[in-house]
Amino acid sequence: MAENNAPILQMKGVSKRFVKELDTAEKAARFFGSSIEEQIVHAVDGVDLAVQKGEVLGLVGESGCGKSTLGRMVAGLTTPSEGSIRFYGEDIASLKGDAARRAALQIQLVFQDPMSSLNPRLRVGEIVGEAPRVHKVVPRKDVDSYVDETLERVGLDPAMRKRYPHQFSGGQRARIGIARALAVNPSFIVCDESVAALDVSIQAQILNLFMRLREELDLTYLFISHDLGVVEHISDRIAVMYLGRVVEMGDAQALFAEPNHPYTQALLAELPTFEVKRRTYSTIKGEIPSPLNPPAGCHFHPRCPHAFARCSTERPRLTEIAPGRFSACHLNEQA
Amino acid sequence: MTALLDVRDLKTHFFTRDGIAKAVDGVTFSVERGEILGLVGESGSGKSVTGFSLLGLVDPPGKVVSGEIVFDGADLVAGGEEAIRGLRGKRIAMIFQDPMMTLNPVLKIETQMVETVLAHADVSRTEALTRCREALLRVGISAPDERLASYPHQFSGGMRQRVAIAIALLHEPDLIIADEPTTALDVTIQAQILAEVQKLCAETGTALIWITHDLAVVSGLADRLAVMYAGRIVEEGPTSEIIANPLHPYTRGLIESVPHGKPHRSLLQQIKGMAPSLLNLPEGCSFRPRCPRADDACRRAQTLGTPLPGRHVRCVHPYIEG
Repeated sequence: MAENNAPILQMKGVSKRFVKELDTAEKAARFFGSSIEEQIVHAVDGVDLAVQKGEVLGLVGESGCGKSTLGRMVAGLTTPSEGSIRFYGEDIASLKGDAARRAALQIQLVFQDPMSSLNPRLRVGEIVGEAPRVHKVVPRKDVDSYVDETLERVGLDPAMRKRYPHQFSGGQRARIGIARALAVNPSFIVCDESVAALDVSIQAQILNLFMRLREELDLTYLFISHDLGVVEHISDRIAVMYLGRVVEMGDAQALFAEPNHPYTQALLAELPTFEVKRRTYSTIKGEIPSPLNPPAGCHFHPRCPHAFARCSTERPRLTEIAPGRFSACHLNEQA
Repeated sequence: MTALLDVRDLKTHFFTRDGIAKAVDGVTFSVERGEILGLVGESGSGKSVTGFSLLGLVDPPGKVVSGEIVFDGADLVAGGEEAIRGLRGKRIAMIFQDPMMTLNPVLKIETQMVETVLAHADVSRTEALTRCREALLRVGISAPDERLASYPHQFSGGMRQRVAIAIALLHEPDLIIADEPTTALDVTIQAQILAEVQKLCAETGTALIWITHDLAVVSGLADRLAVMYAGRIVEEGPTSEIIANPLHPYTRGLIESVPHGKPHRSLLQQIKGMAPSLLNLPEGCSFRPRCPRADDACRRAQTLGTPLPGRHVRCVHPYIEG
């Protein structure tokens, strides 16, 4: 990976807030002095991330940490409330017309549940062929052969193009979702829990497919998953999110070998692994706090075994603790 | 000493319009008192239907067509619905994957728990409430009074699963059947639940059948494993031995498929193909079309053999050194 190259994707201070507006009755109540407030969820809170061309960036975190929202912003399905996402140096949100369309085609999303992301009333050939036809990726007369080629690339028999999604198994549906994303020749793929719903043996097949496609088509991935084992295996670098913030980021193997942030340490300790001996599960205390009302300072401090006074007042910044390794923890400054 | 639960040649079939789906097709296993058995398999392997069959929870068009389920000396299949009803919730309890399915969304936790106590025990309401509080405390829920007065939607997923476990514990059952209870939970919450379950089984001597697709979870929890494929148990034995030295090609394939601990970014060993349709199983060994070791001998019907002491494998070509 060329270090001096500009990253293909650069996020600066990206935040996403979801606001539940007050209804008329609540507005009226507030007018008369009630303390009702608008509810604001900080799904993503000031995230800086860069993805280099050709790399796989793994994004891990538990439910509600904002990893999917971040992926949807990258894919252009929702816009950031603050900050910028630059793709090849251009701010995605500010692009207009043809340039916006080209950028949107370059970044494709592969969803978790193929059954809810594939139109059940379309045949597979139409699902995969629609976008290349509409966006004139290939001449209209070549669409059919192009679809066959794409299906073969993901390991599906082109003879199945006349079938409907419900006639396929879960693993095959995952392949259809990947074929649809590849059909417009993207350079960047956001995989949002793309293997989470699959059985272990099928999951291995799809992971192998992702790794093969990356080599063949020179793809860059943002690989979002809650499954640490999967992310460790496929990623070059990993970013760990907790309640909307990136708490640690670095080389995949280094991060797994020596997690720095107490949250990453806890996550890795709880990861079930094959052990020949019986193990005793220890517990990380407490539950994930509600993103409606996150703790002040470091979001992790109520569950952190090392928390001290500063953690509950001051937000730790994501700082470089070793070359290419970032962590957001006050402990690093103490030492 | 006889086993607490002895399942012999259990067959549960679903009579569908397209034919008979043999979801469970001759399953035999036993569980001792205080033992944790991990029942592992992928979707459609029949692991959940096995669990449901034990409690008589199979709905039409499904039916337990033959076999014996002997619980503490009494055959539940022969005894019918009456025999099971007296045990269900009292001596055998079940925990489901989705606690929202177990808990009634329009009733307070208190109502649901007290109802469970009074269904099997002749005690006063006050006494019942005391038992509920104790059960909640035991699964690590602080402030039980506050929780009892809440509705299920006010809880997080992990908390709901704790309540479901507390309900299962109310009558101090001899056996708990847990069907993928941590699959929907986050890693840190899963670890909390596993820790609680481990502690409870050790303290109360409750036997546990843990049904899951995740070999890694049970490998640290269960005493013995039974691996299911297409309605049959293909391998059974002590957990540590199976993980260290899987004999059946399917078990080996499953363990190889898990990315954790494999060389970084290497291609994973994959099991080719996909699970067969239960309506149309291959003759002989059902794993034959996907198996790297298959030959003509695999076309014959397979029986569960014992190639090594304590290890049961349904395979003519198990991985045995030498």
